[in-house]
Amino acid sequence: MSAPTDRKYLETHEWHLGNRDVITIGISQFAADELSDITFVDLPDVGDKVEANKPFGEIESVKATADLICGVSGVITAVNSELADNPGLVNKDPYTSGWMIKVRISNPQDLDNLLPADQYLKKTGH
Amino acid sequence: MPKRTPFYDFHLAAGAKLVDFAGWEMPLLYRSIINEHQQTRLSGSIFDVSHMGRLTFTGKDALPFLNFLLTRNLTDQSIGQSRYSLVCNDAGGILDDVIVSRDEQNWFLVCNASNRDKLLKHFAAVRKDKGFACDLGDITESTAMAAIQGPKVIERLANDLPIDLRSLKRYHFETATIMFIRVMIFRSGYTGEDGVEIVIPAKLAGMMMKMLGGQIDKPDALIRPAGLGARDTLRLEAAMPLYGHELSESVDPLCAGLAWAVDLNKDFLGAPPLRNIARQGPKTKLVGLVLDGKRIARQGTPLSLDGRLVGHVTSGTLSPTLQKSIALAYVDSNHAAEGATLSADLKASHSPATIIKLPFYKRTR
Repeated sequence: MSAPTDRKYLETHEWHLGNRDVITIGISQFAADELSDITFVDLPDVGDKVEANKPFGEIESVKATADLICGVSGVITAVNSELADNPGLVNKDPYTSGWMIKVRISNPQDLDNLLPADQYLKKTGH
Repeated sequence: MPKRTPFYDFHLAAGAKLVDFAGWEMPLLYRSIINEHQQTRLSGSIFDVSHMGRLTFTGKDALPFLNFLLTRNLTDQSIGQSRYSLVCNDAGGILDDVIVSRDEQNWFLVCNASNRDKLLKHFAAVRKDKGFACDLGDITESTAMAAIQGPKVIERLANDLPIDLRSLKRYHFETATIMFIRVMIFRSGYTGEDGVEIVIPAKLAGMMMKMLGGQIDKPDALIRPAGLGARDTLRLEAAMPLYGHELSESVDPLCAGLAWAVDLNKDFLGAPPLRNIARQGPKTKLVGLVLDGKRIARQGTPLSLDGRLVGHVTSGTLSPTLQKSIALAYVDSNHAAEGATLSADLKASHSPATIIKLPFYKRTR
């Protein structure tokens, strides 16, 4: 399995795209495959604050429910409303149309703590 | 190190995602749980169920021995017939749910993979204690078993199998010989669809997959492989209980809604406490719930009414057929009426959960 190199990752499989003010966040194909058919994505609202290494929501599949962890601190500027009616987008297209939230980051140093693709793949054993 | 079934090579070649289940490496899914579920409801799926225990009972006391061990009355069971039954301990708690079949020379019992060792010890202990003359055999590892389920399965297989499959009644079985090999074909299943369960010698597992026309890897195939994930969502829609969820040693058959599989007029292990429960009425009852919204109520989810705990969920999922969040749950009998709305206390929210008549899904043919 591979992971796009244009973004960085948490060991808990959330990808973070962007390197300036606004970061887009979603989960990797590996995580989506592990969950199998996703039935619900519980996301926060625009304007909510998020904190690095804390959950920003929950993702549920037929198999299991898991926390979604944010790698950066900041404020939510956008939420993917497509996922409300079509949570399966995360399985089909986790890196583009399956995006989850956009965050205006308050601390650019948070990005340095994220893993580049090759380290993410190594740390998660594939 | 988990055990592998005779279909293991097939699972690998078909790209299955394998998981440990009751000490066996089993396919959780091949494509997606929902895809495999819908394939089963609309056409047909083949499931590897070789991990389940397959036991034989032979000898002059086989019938009285089984009749003492099982809740069901077997004395009028004919050759070629299968019945669902419970095995209870002396407190009336459920040790397992099983299918018992009467063959010409012996009785054949299929049990849950997780309970096989427990049952073998239990059967041996009872046999010794009561002095039944019966030989116990375990043919689990020398055989393979597959369930082929779905509305198009009988027609698809009718000409390939050397029996009159269309005339084989539900919960009946026939033994056939295919190229000198003895094969048992049961018209039964655990999905709520029509279909068969087939027992073959272990070494023929690979050939059996080929015999299905070698077509099952094609997207438009009538019968495609399905894993344990779909098996669970299918049986749950059909409101069929699962040991470790709806059934356990802390639960009796009457509160589980299985009185139809218990003959209280018979002498069997667990009968006296069950007669008591029948007299007083079960204190808790297994019900079906439909939740508002799409969040899933997993096993253990508490159910409350006006702030008081009245029950807990035993199984829950998002029903692919109904597109609703459904659950099975034990609820205090005085709050278990159809139409009652309880509150499911999910991790981060509460969802109204209404008690409905089971099953959630029933096939129309």
